[in-house]
Amino acid sequence: MAEIRKRAKALSVSPLKASQPMGAALAFLGIQRAIPMLHGSQGCTAFGKIFFVRHFREPIPLQTSAMDQVSAIMGADDNVVEGLRVICEKSRPALIGLPTTGLSETQGADIQGAVKAFRARYPQYHDTAVVALSTPDFVGCLESGFAAALSAMIESLVPADGATRPGSRPRQVNLLCGSGLTPGDVEALKDLVASFGLRPVALPDLSDSLDGHLIDADFSPLSVGGMPVAEFATLGDAVATLAVGPSVFPAASLLQERTGVPVHHFDHLLGLEATDALLMALTRISGAGVPARLERERARLTDAMVDTHFMLGQARFAIAADPDMLLGFSRFLVSMGAETSVAVTPARSAALGRVASATVQLGDLEDLEMLVRERGAEMIVGNSHALDSAQRLGLPLLRAGFPLYDQLGGHQRVWIGYGGARQLLFELANTLLTGDHHGIAPYRSRYARKSAEETAHAPATSFETH
Amino acid sequence: MKAKDIAALLDEPACTHNNKAKPGCAKPKPGTAAGGCAFDGAQIALLPIADVAHIVHGSIACAGSSWDNRGTRSTGPTLFRIGMTTDLSEQDIVMGRGEARLFHAIGQALRDYAPPAVFVYNTCVPALTGDDIEAVCKAAATQYGVPVVPVDCAGFYGTKNLGNRIAGDAMLKYVVGSREPDPLPAASQRPGISVHDVNLIGEYNIAGEFWHVLPLLDELGLRVLCTLSGDARYREVQTMHRAQVNMMVCSKAMLNVARKLQARYGTPWFEGSFYGISDTSRALRDFARQLGDAALSQRTEALIAREEAAIQRDLVPWRERLAGKRVLLYTGGVKSWSVVSALQDLGMTVVATGTKKSTEEDKARIRELMGEEARMIEDGSPRALLDTVRDYRADILIAGGRNMYTALKARLPFLDINQEREFGYAGYRGMLELVRQLALTLESPVWPAVQRPAPWQASAAGRPLEVRHG
Repeated sequence: MAEIRKRAKALSVSPLKASQPMGAALAFLGIQRAIPMLHGSQGCTAFGKIFFVRHFREPIPLQTSAMDQVSAIMGADDNVVEGLRVICEKSRPALIGLPTTGLSETQGADIQGAVKAFRARYPQYHDTAVVALSTPDFVGCLESGFAAALSAMIESLVPADGATRPGSRPRQVNLLCGSGLTPGDVEALKDLVASFGLRPVALPDLSDSLDGHLIDADFSPLSVGGMPVAEFATLGDAVATLAVGPSVFPAASLLQERTGVPVHHFDHLLGLEATDALLMALTRISGAGVPARLERERARLTDAMVDTHFMLGQARFAIAADPDMLLGFSRFLVSMGAETSVAVTPARSAALGRVASATVQLGDLEDLEMLVRERGAEMIVGNSHALDSAQRLGLPLLRAGFPLYDQLGGHQRVWIGYGGARQLLFELANTLLTGDHHGIAPYRSRYARKSAEETAHAPATSFETH
Repeated sequence: MKAKDIAALLDEPACTHNNKAKPGCAKPKPGTAAGGCAFDGAQIALLPIADVAHIVHGSIACAGSSWDNRGTRSTGPTLFRIGMTTDLSEQDIVMGRGEARLFHAIGQALRDYAPPAVFVYNTCVPALTGDDIEAVCKAAATQYGVPVVPVDCAGFYGTKNLGNRIAGDAMLKYVVGSREPDPLPAASQRPGISVHDVNLIGEYNIAGEFWHVLPLLDELGLRVLCTLSGDARYREVQTMHRAQVNMMVCSKAMLNVARKLQARYGTPWFEGSFYGISDTSRALRDFARQLGDAALSQRTEALIAREEAAIQRDLVPWRERLAGKRVLLYTGGVKSWSVVSALQDLGMTVVATGTKKSTEEDKARIRELMGEEARMIEDGSPRALLDTVRDYRADILIAGGRNMYTALKARLPFLDINQEREFGYAGYRGMLELVRQLALTLESPVWPAVQRPAPWQASAAGRPLEVRHG
């Protein structure tokens, strides 16, 4: 049971937190032909857009209700109605996500009321789903905003009137994944589920929209993939729902309440034990045995665990991440004999108590740096912002979370499942091998004639080419 | 900030487009808006001041998504790259603790990082709840004995452009004129050269590109008191009032600074750019002309002759590769014409240029460069840009980072020209980087490869956009 330590200072330095509205926007981008519109000032959207463009290296559809000085004071319902109209008229999306921001929440916006006004005034756009939700940025973080958008979509788009029957689509398995899973992870999970002869439906499906692929059309103002809106009507017919990450457990419960489809809960899918549990659930759901290919993958992972335990055993990690990722990674490290000496997270969550670390600090990357100086660590796990901290500490950084902008392909790396865990183990072990932490300092005997001035041999610095 | 103060900033008399029936800058529209807010503009304008602690007062979205997000570079201090925010919580807002948190946050920044000054950026939530940041800054400055500058730039006040001006105004109100320039170091004096003090307003040292230019100014005997704000220090901003001439580098962004410096201290100013050979030479000549120093003029001409000859020689092999290539340029303000001239210097054809953020003066210069038929695009939506590329058979799109993936998704060569870029194009030597980057994307073998359908697609459906390539 980790002890949760409150934020202890007035100023947040090198912030770790990304905001709730951003998380909600990201969730909506996993729906086909969708576009989120943030209800706030246009800067909320401009910053959010750049944030995701740099992370995914993809164009990001994101609009704004563009609150100005008058609407900030007098009320901005008209901005919402007008923004929805303009988007519908221009690009007829299947879904518009409508997260609020700190600005509209402080003003006291009635976002659901504004959507009602839009429906009343523009009935001709009834076939565009609109999902509004409250996501002030002075509460929570990216992860909680993402999860809240899942709940909001289920609340407004999954029929609860008995129109569906659990198991009437006996091969369908719903996947609710938290923001800690990359598009690559979601794709790998879908493959795993499919290998049991099941039909995975991911809500949202970032592996289909933000996986980075060229399409035939030169441009799309909407998301270019993701779960089709029509699938909301089928979620209640599924035989089971897999929920990955404690942040999405409330959304999964909501789905179960509305439809009766049973939920299988997974704190994370990192490592042998977690993947074993997933596969056991899939054998029960499908009635099929574990495919031979997965048995082989498991054998490879166990081999890698044996090979890498020398490097990972007793290794100390400092993790700065949203709660789900922190929980999963810390438990994965424990399973390898490593430890999390420093755990920092931007916001509270029910999952934090289960993090495998003595303490969890609510804070920022400056806290991470200070705690590492105090307690020591051999490696940092964090987003691209943590690079400066890692460099000041002289430690390697394993990039995880949002944003990842200083390297390519972060959104496609796969850590879940046997194969993902194996790849992650190799990466961790290699990084630890490169750092020279266990070397014995050379000792020169007072009797031997080995002077400290001897220099190591190096290749000649130049050679003649002719 | 009071509505009338915002109106006054929007109503910039030095903007010629202000003579139209509806003065001032346009309002953003719900559902179609693009671009940043006033906070974005203010932060971008001042963040490059490298030794200052920049504190964003507000909830997390403002700083959380934007810190350490700019290509500007510093010769020394890196404090500006450390994001600082009060990260207001729900309790702070409900209980009205924002001001207290800000006061302590300033103290914490001063204690831990010992900056010469703190800038506090106001954002939407505390602006709405009525935090008096001016009073808090004043109290903190008194308490801690260090200048604390309020920049009242809540996003909902208006656009990025307004934010630029708010930032400039804050410098004029609180910083400029509070210190005299240092005496010139004796060792820096050269016989026969009388040194002149100048400022550059709107130069951001993106990717360090100003370091292509600064050695030339040094050689000519022009001491840069301050660049507002690339690689600047607080102590430099304080001395801006002593310049003999100001150069406005990015035309519209901080026009109010140049104009007010003239009104208050009588400093003449001119608009210029360091993009391209002819504009770089023109800017250097303008300095000499404004300063009225005959010896400086002579030195300037000699330097221009030498540098132009050298760069022309180096560009010869690149010219052949780039000549005749057709460019669609979509960027703001000064770059709408200064980059045109840089590209024309290379023998390229600019088929159209974006003018959404350009002044009437900018447009006049575009006409001068591209002829009366110059195609100017106001609509910067991805669809409109791609249609223009097709209609005008452009080989490459040159635009800001936000349009990069518009181009790449359409399988179109692209060059990033805005603040996030990683390469410096300013000055004579910057042209070499520019041609390298242009050739790199234009001549890349990936374009034909990604346009070719997979071999098993017998008859590929025609793509909506036909993109020509090198």
